[in-house]
Amino acid sequence: MEEVSTEDKIITVLKENFADEIVNIESPYNFLTITLKPEKIISIIKFLYDQERYQYLTTLSGIHFPDQKSIVVMYQLHNLFANKRIRLKIYLPEENPVTSTLTTVFPAANWMERETYDFFGVIFEGHPNLKRILNVEDMIIFPLRKEYPLEDQTREDKNNKMFGR
Amino acid sequence: MEQTTNTSALSDIPVKEEKQYSYLNLGPTHPATHGIFQNVLKMDGEIIVEATPTIGYIHRAFEKLAERRPFYQITPITDRLNYCSSPINNMGWHMTVEKLLGIEIPKRVQYLRVIIMELSRIADHIICNTIIGQDVGATTGFLYLFQYRERIYEIFEEICGARLTTNIGRIGGLERNFSDKAWDKIDQFLIDFPIAFKEFSNLLERNRIFMDRTINCGPLSAEMALAYSFSGPNLRAAGVDYDVRVMNPYSSYDEFDFIVPVGTQGDTYDRFMVRQQEMHQSLSIIHQAIAKVKKEPSDIYRADVPEYVLPPKEDVYNDMEALIYHFKNIMGETDIPKGEVYHSVEGGNGELGFYLISDGGRQPYRLHFRRPCFIFYQAYPEMIKGAMLSDAIITMSSMNVIAGELDA
Repeated sequence: MEEVSTEDKIITVLKENFADEIVNIESPYNFLTITLKPEKIISIIKFLYDQERYQYLTTLSGIHFPDQKSIVVMYQLHNLFANKRIRLKIYLPEENPVTSTLTTVFPAANWMERETYDFFGVIFEGHPNLKRILNVEDMIIFPLRKEYPLEDQTREDKNNKMFGR
Repeated sequence: MEQTTNTSALSDIPVKEEKQYSYLNLGPTHPATHGIFQNVLKMDGEIIVEATPTIGYIHRAFEKLAERRPFYQITPITDRLNYCSSPINNMGWHMTVEKLLGIEIPKRVQYLRVIIMELSRIADHIICNTIIGQDVGATTGFLYLFQYRERIYEIFEEICGARLTTNIGRIGGLERNFSDKAWDKIDQFLIDFPIAFKEFSNLLERNRIFMDRTINCGPLSAEMALAYSFSGPNLRAAGVDYDVRVMNPYSSYDEFDFIVPVGTQGDTYDRFMVRQQEMHQSLSIIHQAIAKVKKEPSDIYRADVPEYVLPPKEDVYNDMEALIYHFKNIMGETDIPKGEVYHSVEGGNGELGFYLISDGGRQPYRLHFRRPCFIFYQAYPEMIKGAMLSDAIITMSSMNVIAGELDA
């Protein structure tokens, strides 16, 4: 019961302060997930950091949805005092994924954002050192985007209809 | 050196007054870095002014590879993350998929998993702690305790057939039950290891030379550790008692009685001591788990979910049902729910998380590994700033950075 009330509390607080920013609220597998508009994401995370003690950045990553022509940046924060986790998502346009950097709030975001840039091409404005981290620097593609398939898509000997996706 | 005699020919040349720094490449392959790490160090004499790490030397694109593999084929990928404790990674991945599929795991299997995970935690900490000793010049402990790491690997070999990259367990449980020989080996290990471990502790824990060498070496405040999202023993050494096993218990860890050891100043000595204490706790957890396993029916080693586990080969040839499930598994006909799951386990060096998005296909739509090493290694330049070169080496070995996990 207590779990529900804390989640509700966060939702209420966010709705009070950033009602216009919230796009969607869901809770898949008991993990509070809030989709936000991308403009104010850093100030919302700063708000959660200051007011609600979400002071631990668990992870940050990207997801590519070619059908929706968007790249999602996913932030997972953890409130270590109340042991509550929250996942925030922003949808960025596929052709020009630009958002602000989180390094102003969490120094740990530095390499995570570099990794997201490396694999998805998301530009984090204001990042101190936004360059590729795991791949070679002269690489010209962003490899985790779905338009770069792992396997040769011209193969005809494998039928996806038969073998599952 | 820069001072020139005031001859007429040279008098016009300005005298260089700024300090001269030298640059030193530590790595990529260096015996003291224990893995493929490169750090370009800007040195003022023997003091490090600035460090620039370069990573990615063994990047193998696991997240991309995972997008073309069925769930059960991703387990071998996770082996190669933190290869010092691959069973924990395997189990973490299985538990993620089980969470997605909503599979209830029998208690006995959970306890067996706890035994395997704690054994591999001991193996992981043995590597890290003995290597700290090795790097400060105490080779004896390294050679002495590595025999027992070997014993742990023999137990894994007895359970699953592999030693380092174990691919242990299956979605829903284990591929086979523990053999009698495996139980014997575990029992013998639990008798022999504490004796050797005591001797190792006597060698280093209160050793004046070791303490002088490691105390105040690479210190880390709790604030900085949290800001850099440290986790695992490194965070606990800084004084924050965050342990995934306690905070978000998985695999029935909430039924076990153990202490979360914490340090105070987060230096190399604290990190060493936290790992030492964790090994004691792991031994106690294994004892408790064995006692619990004995109370459960002895033939259960996996949940009853044939549609997600490949059946044994002999059944496939003799049993119609097994053949059907074999076919379904291979052809990807099983129903995978759509969903978004995050599951984390306490790995050898921190919170190892799996963020999985399933679109109903037999492969993940997206799989992201939250790799503790990758996240906390970025604090390394700040930790060694102003330190001596030799301190930088033992700071790195005490952080337990594993190249396979760092580069994924």
